[in-house]
Amino acid sequence: MSDQKPFIDIRHAQKSFGTLEVLKDISLQVDRGQIVAIIGPSGSGKSTLLRAINDLDPLTGGEVWLEDKQINKTLPHRQYEKHINEVRQEIGMVFQHFNLFPHLKVRENVTLAPKMLKGLSDDDANALAEEQLTKVGMIERIDYYPSQLSGGQKQRVAIARALAMKPKVMLFDEATSALDPELVEEVNLVMKKLAEEHMTMIIVTHEMSFAESVCDRVLFMDQGVVVEEGPPEVIFRNPKSERTQHFLRNHLAAAG
Amino acid sequence: MGLDFSVIPKYLDIVLIGALWTIAITLGAAVVSFFGGIFLAIVALYAPAFVRWPFRVFSFLFLGTPLLLQLFLIYFGLVQIGIDVPAFVAGVVGLGLHFAVYNSELFQTSILAVDKGQTEAARTLGLSRMQALRTVVIPQAVRDVIPPIGNNMIALLKDSALVSVIGVSELTLSAQRAIGSTYRPFEFYVLVAAIYYIINLGMEAVLRRVERRIQASR
Ligand SMILES: Nc1ncnc2c1ncn2[C@@H]1O[C@H](COP(=O)(O)OP(=O)(O)O)[C@@H](O)[C@H]1O
Ligand SMILES: [Mg+2]
Repeated sequence: MSDQKPFIDIRHAQKSFGTLEVLKDISLQVDRGQIVAIIGPSGSGKSTLLRAINDLDPLTGGEVWLEDKQINKTLPHRQYEKHINEVRQEIGMVFQHFNLFPHLKVRENVTLAPKMLKGLSDDDANALAEEQLTKVGMIERIDYYPSQLSGGQKQRVAIARALAMKPKVMLFDEATSALDPELVEEVNLVMKKLAEEHMTMIIVTHEMSFAESVCDRVLFMDQGVVVEEGPPEVIFRNPKSERTQHFLRNHLAAAG
Repeated sequence: MGLDFSVIPKYLDIVLIGALWTIAITLGAAVVSFFGGIFLAIVALYAPAFVRWPFRVFSFLFLGTPLLLQLFLIYFGLVQIGIDVPAFVAGVVGLGLHFAVYNSELFQTSILAVDKGQTEAARTLGLSRMQALRTVVIPQAVRDVIPPIGNNMIALLKDSALVSVIGVSELTLSAQRAIGSTYRPFEFYVLVAAIYYIINLGMEAVLRRVERRIQASR
């Protein structure tokens, strides 16, 4: 453990949808360059926690910090919008269902936000798109529409789109769960590449072997609490908690 | 007195000029109804109540009263309070706003039908609500609603004949003038019907091209 301030600091996160308490006092610190996996059964609050980080699902209690900036601070509406739009530029997010913009070609999917928010010229934006699409191995499809791509290709473009904003952190919410099994690996490879470049990442996943191979730390969540956390070899090989053991056993059986 | 289509050539230029006016009115009103429809849809969905309500009353009036009356009101009524609009402009605006209200209903439905994940992805990149709406949601909503909007445009072409009542020499009024000189209503009305039909075919052809073009972007 380092003694510096955490890069991402979630303090006592609490979230309710109406009377349903989805996150119950969760704290999580992530250092710069660290890769954290979040695993747990469906409905345990993994997405909600991830989406709280960029305030897509605002917390009902607790704080989220990125470096020395509080993300979910209370501000008058206008100021809050300005603040959160700035913060979100620094946090890349990748969704289970890709959410590419279907009316735009791959190139414009990647250049839209940098052009609009950073005022990049057409030439600079194109260079950026080419750079990011090369990185994810999608440069040959730069002039295709999303509908002309496979799921794995779509997800790689979605990653390039997020990377084009040069985020400090990348959040992945089951990035490979919607993919046919044979397309999972190409997306995992891209994520591994980011790991090698020391991108700070929080990855919600059901891919235990992938999590074990790339992550520095694993969190097991259940019913809105972090049941157990630790290095992957401990969580996966030697979990202390009964619930973790149970979950992993079921998961292995299902993956079987 | 039997049918005699030989009277037509002499008056063909009047009728064709009328056809050009009809096309001009239709195009002008189509543009007003398209962008007006998007504007009204955004107001209806996102504006604060004190903005939304006046527009709702406006929409209700346009939906609930005859187009003919609206044209009279814009052309003759506005002059009385000192606003003198040319008949052509009054026609384009009246027809355009009338259909903008219809289009607005279609746009509202299609805006709401755009997957929420689209807005989320845009907001996650740092776009503001308005930026996301403008660059991500509206283009998709418009794309999805092209076929019924196209039908409205064709209805608009047919209703453009009403603009003759405020004295714009469009196709129908030109025909009536030719008939006034020749007493040959059947011949000229058949001609005019054929011309409307041809313009209609032209609009449908454009529409089909647009639909094919946007097919890939789904
Ligand atoms: N917008 C929402 N409104 C109401 N309940 C929600 C909403 N989003 C998530 N939930 C509920 O919160 C719980 C946790 O959901 P989620 O964070 O998506 O879990 P996970 O990602 O671990 O499957 C679930 O019970 C889910 O039904
Ligand atoms: Mg989830």
